[in-house]
Amino acid sequence: MTRGKAVEVFNVTKRFGDYLALDQVSFTIHENEFFTLLGPSGCGKTTLLRMIAGFETPSEGAISLFGTEIATLPPHKRHVNTVFQSYALFPHMTLEQNIAFGLENLGWDKARRQARVAEMLEMVHMTPFARRRPAQLSGGQRQRIALARALAPEPKVLLLDEPLSALDLKLRQAMRDELRELQRMTGITFIFVTHDQDEALDMSDRICVLGKGQIQQIGTPSEIYEEPENRFVADFIGETNFLEAEVIAVEGATARVRTAFGFEITTFQKGLTGPGRATLSLRPEKIGMEDQAAGNLLTGTVSAKNYMGGYTHYTVDTPAGVLRVSRRNAVSQAQSYEIGREVRLGFRDDSARVLAQ
Amino acid sequence: MRGFRFWGLVPAWGLMVATLMVPLVIVALVSVAERGAYGGFAWAFTLEPYKEILFSEDWDGNLVFDPKYLAIIGRTLALAAATTAICMALALPVAYVIATRTPRMKAALIYLVTLPFWVSMIVRVYAWLIILGNDGVVGRAWAALGGEGTLLFTSGAMLVGMVYSYIPLMVLPVFAAIEKLDPALLEAGADLYASRWTTARRVILPLTWPGLAAGAILVFVPALGTVLEPMLLGGGKQMMMGTLIQSQFGGARNWPFGAAVALVLMAMVVLVLIANARRAMRKEARA
Ligand SMILES: Nc1ncnc2c1ncn2[C@@H]1O[C@H](COP(=O)(O)OP(=O)(O)O)[C@@H](O)[C@H]1O
Ligand SMILES: [Mg+2]
Repeated sequence: MTRGKAVEVFNVTKRFGDYLALDQVSFTIHENEFFTLLGPSGCGKTTLLRMIAGFETPSEGAISLFGTEIATLPPHKRHVNTVFQSYALFPHMTLEQNIAFGLENLGWDKARRQARVAEMLEMVHMTPFARRRPAQLSGGQRQRIALARALAPEPKVLLLDEPLSALDLKLRQAMRDELRELQRMTGITFIFVTHDQDEALDMSDRICVLGKGQIQQIGTPSEIYEEPENRFVADFIGETNFLEAEVIAVEGATARVRTAFGFEITTFQKGLTGPGRATLSLRPEKIGMEDQAAGNLLTGTVSAKNYMGGYTHYTVDTPAGVLRVSRRNAVSQAQSYEIGREVRLGFRDDSARVLAQ
Repeated sequence: MRGFRFWGLVPAWGLMVATLMVPLVIVALVSVAERGAYGGFAWAFTLEPYKEILFSEDWDGNLVFDPKYLAIIGRTLALAAATTAICMALALPVAYVIATRTPRMKAALIYLVTLPFWVSMIVRVYAWLIILGNDGVVGRAWAALGGEGTLLFTSGAMLVGMVYSYIPLMVLPVFAAIEKLDPALLEAGADLYASRWTTARRVILPLTWPGLAAGAILVFVPALGTVLEPMLLGGGKQMMMGTLIQSQFGGARNWPFGAAVALVLMAMVVLVLIANARRAMRKEARA
């Protein structure tokens, strides 16, 4: 499949005074893509989004939109729209007027404007509220109007800065599905900023993990989760156990390592060139317990137990160190292991990943 | 608690009665009194002073309509309105620039805006007398550019002085209104293809109306009663209500007429305040 390039960010660096907020960031976003910028607070996600919108200028580097260089173009000349974190609806205008604002500035005639506003209100299920003002809406409704306002001018790219963070949990879940649906329906490229890994994994076509002002990894949700390329990504996305390991041999994408448990395993590696020290990352749900233990076996003692509803987290002390193990609470309730109990654990070679330290 | 509500307010009421109500009643009484033989007044009840505002006696002693005082009232209103409008137009960009500086810079600039208040009003107006005078900076520039005559003692000179005197009263509330504005709203404007000018007109302006309205009251009301600028910069050639009142209590020695004009001026101020309060209440009801 060959898709056009919607946004290209090339070697973009941003400094605020002496502070390096973004360091040589490059990536390409395709047409129709739901692209997520994910990273901890303060890693530069908003700054990156604001540079694409035109509210900040890169200190170095280039940004292009469908092949046109835009890094120095003022925001009102870029055919992208933003859904602001605080929504930023105009409080003195009705919802209709808010949605029509961009269309007026683009010089759409009245009939076309009215039709588009009606269509947008319909799309976000807010038609009965057309004449209200933003102050009379709930958070979720404001969110919808902010979306409608940003989508009305048919932007080439829609930028969303943590749009769900102000909503309560239930609504957030519903809005995820709605957003995803809107993206499919409109075919517009979405750049979505969040610090919430669940959101990113759930919604994105591809995720760009940002950390310390740099790109840590770009990939599909499953690539990011299953094949983290470094410690930062493995640590930030989901939960994992980090274990010391000794590299014996590297063969392309795999490595043979001696683990702290005593046995040797061969598995996928990233960033290693030869023998030396490395880190083994092992996800809690990839470790089998008792009846599910298979592969490399070891024993340990349950030292803590956290019941989470759908699954239970166990902390198990083993001779090689403490392991977090999670287990789904399936049909049978029998398999619950009490604190102090000795358990058998097992994991397969390819469940673990070897990462450079 | 009840006792405090009543007795606790006694000092405030006392102050109001002594400094506002009593003088007001005196002025009202004087405005219906007769002119004293040697200035001052003599107690009486007559509406003559009010009639004097609209009519004058011709040679035969008949009352005929005479618009000369109406012209003064009109000029006063026009100058106060012009002052308010110019202050608004100047204060908006000034307040915007101040509101978008760093906090330190903001404090410094606000201090500068209020700085003229530390100097006596008379000194400040005299300063303009010098600046606009034939030997002043502006006066010379005017002559150098081929301007005719003197800038002083014109409506323009008065206007300059009034705008200068009252503009801080406009800048401060407008600044407060702009500062309350969410910066994301301005970005939203630009994001939705509005030029700076369109954003200013369609987003900043409507949302700073409350500040502009407050500033308009603060400027317009004292501008109606202004005395110094017409006296010094207008050279007393262009009478305004303030100078008219002053002259009646002074040189003209017609206290009742001066008091009548003063009450008309006050009635105008009250009308403006009522109109403003009604507007604010309507707005409150809508929100
Ligand atoms: N205008 C600015 N001036 C100075 N520092 C800024 C400015 N904007 C952002 N920063 C800094 O840049 C870093 C990245 O900020 P931001 O992009 O908002 O992070 P994120 O959205 O990922 O939480 C932060 O450390 C922040 O303090
Ligand atoms: Mg942010």
